[in-house]
Order: sequence, then C-alpha cells, then structure tokens
Amino acid sequence: MPEITLVEAVNLALARAMAEDPEVLVLGEDVGTEGGVFRATEGLQKRFGDERVIDTPLAEGAIAGISVGLAAQGFRPVAEIQFTGFIYPVIDQLANHAARLRTRTRGRLSCPLVVRSPYGGGIRAIEHHSESPEAMFAHIPGLRVVIPSSPARAYGLLLAAIRDPDPVVFFEPTRLYRAVRERVEDDGEALPLDRCFILREGSDITLISWGAMTRETLAAADRLAQEGIAAEVVDVATLKPLDSDTLLESVAKTGRVVIVHEAPLSVGVGAEIAARLAERGLVSLLAPIARVTGWDTVMPYPRLERHYLPSETRILDAARRVLAYQ
Amino acid sequence: MSVDTTEAPLAPPEAWRAPLSPTVARFEIRYSRFLDPKGKPVRPLPDFAHDRAELVALYRAMVLARTFDTKAVALQRTGRLGTYASALGQEAVAVGVASAMRPEDVLLPSFREHGAQLWRGVSLVELFLFWGGDERGNDFAKAREDFPVCVPVGTHAPHAVGVALALKLRREPRVAVCIFGDGATSKGDVAEALNMAGVWHLPAVFVVNNNQWAISLPRSRQSAAETLAQKAIAAGFDGEQVDGNDVIAVREAAARALAKARAGGGPHLIEALTYRLSDHTTADDAGRYRSSAEVSAHWSEDPIARLRHYLVDNGMWSKADEERLLADSADSVEAAARHYLATPPPPPEAMFDFTYAALPKDLAEQRRAALDIVEQ
Repeated sequence: MPEITLVEAVNLALARAMAEDPEVLVLGEDVGTEGGVFRATEGLQKRFGDERVIDTPLAEGAIAGISVGLAAQGFRPVAEIQFTGFIYPVIDQLANHAARLRTRTRGRLSCPLVVRSPYGGGIRAIEHHSESPEAMFAHIPGLRVVIPSSPARAYGLLLAAIRDPDPVVFFEPTRLYRAVRERVEDDGEALPLDRCFILREGSDITLISWGAMTRETLAAADRLAQEGIAAEVVDVATLKPLDSDTLLESVAKTGRVVIVHEAPLSVGVGAEIAARLAERGLVSLLAPIARVTGWDTVMPYPRLERHYLPSETRILDAARRVLAYQ
Repeated sequence: MSVDTTEAPLAPPEAWRAPLSPTVARFEIRYSRFLDPKGKPVRPLPDFAHDRAELVALYRAMVLARTFDTKAVALQRTGRLGTYASALGQEAVAVGVASAMRPEDVLLPSFREHGAQLWRGVSLVELFLFWGGDERGNDFAKAREDFPVCVPVGTHAPHAVGVALALKLRREPRVAVCIFGDGATSKGDVAEALNMAGVWHLPAVFVVNNNQWAISLPRSRQSAAETLAQKAIAAGFDGEQVDGNDVIAVREAAARALAKARAGGGPHLIEALTYRLSDHTTADDAGRYRSSAEVSAHWSEDPIARLRHYLVDNGMWSKADEERLLADSADSVEAAARHYLATPPPPPEAMFDFTYAALPKDLAEQRRAALDIVEQ
C-alpha cells in the first residue's frame, strides 16, 4: 500500500470510478492528452480512451452545461474546472439547472454530476488561481459541496461524490495537492458524505475547519497539546448539507469553539456554522465563538498571500482568547 | 445607447480590407418557403405535403396549440394561471420542428414551444400545471427524456450538446433538438454550445425561433449579423433560414436536418423567421415599444390561416371540418383546464422531497419545521 499525494489520490479515485462504472466520464480543459494542469487526470485518457476522458473546448459554462445534458441522459460526468477563479460561469448552470432538475421535474430527470476544481491559496499562483468561493456554492439548494483535507479523504470522498445521485462540487485544496503523502488503499471504499470527520479528539476546545486549513488547525492543536490543552479538531468535509449533529456534539463536550476557513469572513460557511451552534448549542457554550478566516479583501497577489491566509499563530491567538473567556 | 445598428454600412469600404489577400472562407445562407402568406405554393411541395393526413395533422396541432394559448391567457387574466408566455403566431415553428422528430429524439425547448411539447406527447393538463405554478407539470407521462421549458434564456443550449454527446457515445441514431429565441443567440451559452456541437460533430439540431422581438429589443438591435443562421457557420456547420410561418417549410428543413444528424452528418441550425403577435408574456405591454400597426401587418402572415388557405384551395378542408376541429380543440382544452383547476396543490413536503434523491438529515429537520407550521 503506497503512500500517495492528494492529487494522486484524486487520480486513483477517478480511475477506480471509471473502471467500475462505464457511465463515468471525465471532461474538461486539458484533462486528456495533457492529463490536467495539475496531473489529476494523468493517464486516464490512455487507459479509458478519448470517449471517456474528453478534452473540451475552452468554455467553463458549457462544460457544466453539457455535463447537465450528459447526466440527464444517465452518464456520470466528472467535469474539471481548471482553476476556481474560472468557475463563476458554472454557477449559472449549477444553480439554474443541475441543482434543481430533480425537483422541477419531480424526479423524472436528475443530475448525478461532479464538478471538481483546484481550490484555495498558498501556492504563489497568479491572480484568479487562489480563491475560496465555497460559500457561493453552499448557498445553492440541491447541491453538495465537498472539500477533502487529506489523500485518504480525497479518495474516499471523491468516490462518494461520483456515486452520489445528485450534483456535487468537489473543491481540491491546491496547497495540499503534493504537500503530504499518506497510505491510501485502492479498495473502492467511499467515505460518507454529509458527515464531519473528527481529526483529533479533545475536550477543552473545538477547532472547526476544512480543506487546506486543517493543517494549520492541527498544528495549532499540537501546540495547545504541549500546553496541556486538549483540542478537538473537526474537518467539516461536506459543507452542504451540513452535519450539525457532529458539530453540536463536540461543542457539548468542549463549550468553546474556533472556526477556521480560508474564505473571506462575511457570509462565509463559518457564519452558518456559528449560527447553528448558537441556535442549538448556546447552553453548551462557555465563550463566544471565534472565527479565524481570510479577510474581506480581494485575494492578494502572492507577495501578500501569507498575510491573508489564517496562520497557526492567528488560530492559536483566537483559541487562547476563547479558552481564557470566563 | 443610441447606436442604431440598422444605419451601419452593409460592407466596409474596400479601403478597410486587407490588400491583395486571398479569400480563405466563403459562406452562404439559404432561405426556404413553400407556401406564400395566402397559402399559394411558390415551389413544388415536399413529399409529405402531398398526403392530406400529414397536412391535417399539422393543422390540427397548430390549432390545438393556439386554443391552449388563448385559454392560458384567459386563465391568467382571471387570476387562475401564472405569468404566461404566449406563442401566438409562432405555432408553425414548434409544430413544424416537432413533427419532423422521432419519438426517441430529445426535445430541449425554450418557453414558447407549447406546440412542440403537445406534439411530443406532453399533455394539456401538464402544460396548464406548469404554467399554473406546479412542478408536476414537468413530470411528463410521455416524452420522458424531453427537457422541461428553459426559462433562463439560452442556458439549455449546452444541455442539448450534452444530450447529443450522450447519444453519440452510445451510438444511438437519435437527435437532440434545441429551440431558442433570437435573443438567446446573443448569449455565450449558445455560442459555446454551437461551437462544441461543431467540434464534436454531434447529432444536434438547433432552431432559432426568431420572432423578431426579445421582449422590447428588436432583431435589428440584437445582432449586426445579416442572419442568425450564420452563427452556425462560425461553429463549423450549416445554418439556413426558413419561413417560420410556413409549417411545411419548417418541417421540411427540420426533417432534412434531423436526417443529416441521424446519419452522422453532424449538427445543423435552422433560423425560423416568425413574428410574436402577442406581448412577451402576460406581464408585458408591447405597446410600450412597438406599434399596433406593425403587429396588425404581421397578422397577414398567420401560419394557421396560411395552411388553411392551402387546404381549402385544394379541396382538403371543408367548413364542417373546420367547425368540428375548433369544437374538438375547445373541448380538449376546456377539459384539461377543468382538470388543472380541480387539481389540489402538491403537499408542502414535496418541495423537500425532490431536492435530493434522499432527504439529508439537515433538510429533514427543515421539512419537519415546515410541516409543523402547516399543522398549526
């Protein structure tokens, strides 16, 4: 069982899904001959042919739109949007069509498609290549928004997303693509959607995060542990629909919460989580909820990137304030 | 912006052209019509039009579509139907296209193609339910693979490409047929869709239901292109114009395009020139942007009267036939309207139950909350 990177885990899951289900197609810009600009689809066209791994013309909206048509016809398209900065035309197709085709036809037609896109900052990329727009998607009824935080979760969650009968947006943290290696068994076992993952158990404070930010969050938990503070780290993983129960159970145990995300503060998914915890977990809370997020600024160019992304220091500062609150 | 595209010169002066350069591409757009507005043939009719039964079927379908249309507007005006997009005067486009399709083909309509939907087997009750604000109207008992009406203009054109790609990948001799309006041709979705259909040589037929008006914007201000059919040329396949008020011309062109697509000949675009005799929708007042004289003048092109003239002139249609058809159509539409009006709204939980294939726990809680409110 080899140790592989997150992007290799994505590739492994795609190959697995294609091998087990002939209706699974991969399409997008440069996904075939090129194997994807991040090599997520490397080797797939050679193995499965150009009718199953389809290089499309350069048109993000239509990539999503043709995926709707393919899905309504019973295929399971997995569309790659090359960078998240180019994904906004896709929102039209997801919000107006993919996410509502089932309900508006009362189940006659449906859209089992996946839109994958590299996501988030921290790789010193040119502008439009580092954004975290997950909240825009999480606001769309009928959609699932899934973000893995490790190679194993990328493998298991992508398999689940492809097998899911409804549309899923799958954001792959670019910063984690090659940052870590992990043993991933290619056993075809999916991980559950709509569920948070407890990355570390603890009873003193709950640190809630997803995607690449789980790394800084886990590092902050390590530091707290050195100080004798047991932090519980929760990877939300599926941002929509939200697994409130796991979050509430953790807060019932710790009473203190820090939410960490890369995306801007205002109207971020952290706000939704904080609201849920306040609505249903207020009696458990021993301190105000803190959020450590990107700022409400345009994602800066790489030279200022480290001042934008939540750091371990910022997470620790927030955790200490929450812990100190009497 | 007061730039009037109609005032622009037809061709740039020679001085603006690249000097001494070879021409690397040429194209032409053909226009076809079989019956003039008075129903007189202007050229020999296609084979199907020699069969009375075929022509009568087209005529009946157009009359039924208009009868539905009239009733829908009446119901809206009396508060018993939602905002409604009338297809008055455009029946030949919808019926002509649908009549050339096979049942196993897939229709992706815009919102002014009731005539096509009815031909495909969508029921009058389903149409009333949809326009009356009930999703069950899209759960067609027949034409199960056809898409529902697309309200966001032109965004269904890429769906047709996806459907056509699916059909091609499965080696099925079926065709995706997508109908959209003149306004839609200005959208990126349509340009992207045509481009992909061309690149992949897909079994897709695109029909521009060009009714000359996109709400208040006339065709002349929608595009500086001489025809909308030529948008296909840029995507690498043929486009043509037909008289969209001549159902024989629409059907003939659609049949050719479908046969070509089915045989692996790739996509085709038909620009059907028609005219919107109604307001954009029941929420619109076209008097704000076009004269009643213009509208009145276009009544002389009425596609239903045109085919009736031909049928009567050739002894294929009697006064009694006409009276019986009008009565039958009215009966069908009235019965469907009664059925629709007597249909109770869906239960409130329905809005939750089809959002996902299986109700997520998070949404289940909201569903319970909604039902609690109903019970109170």
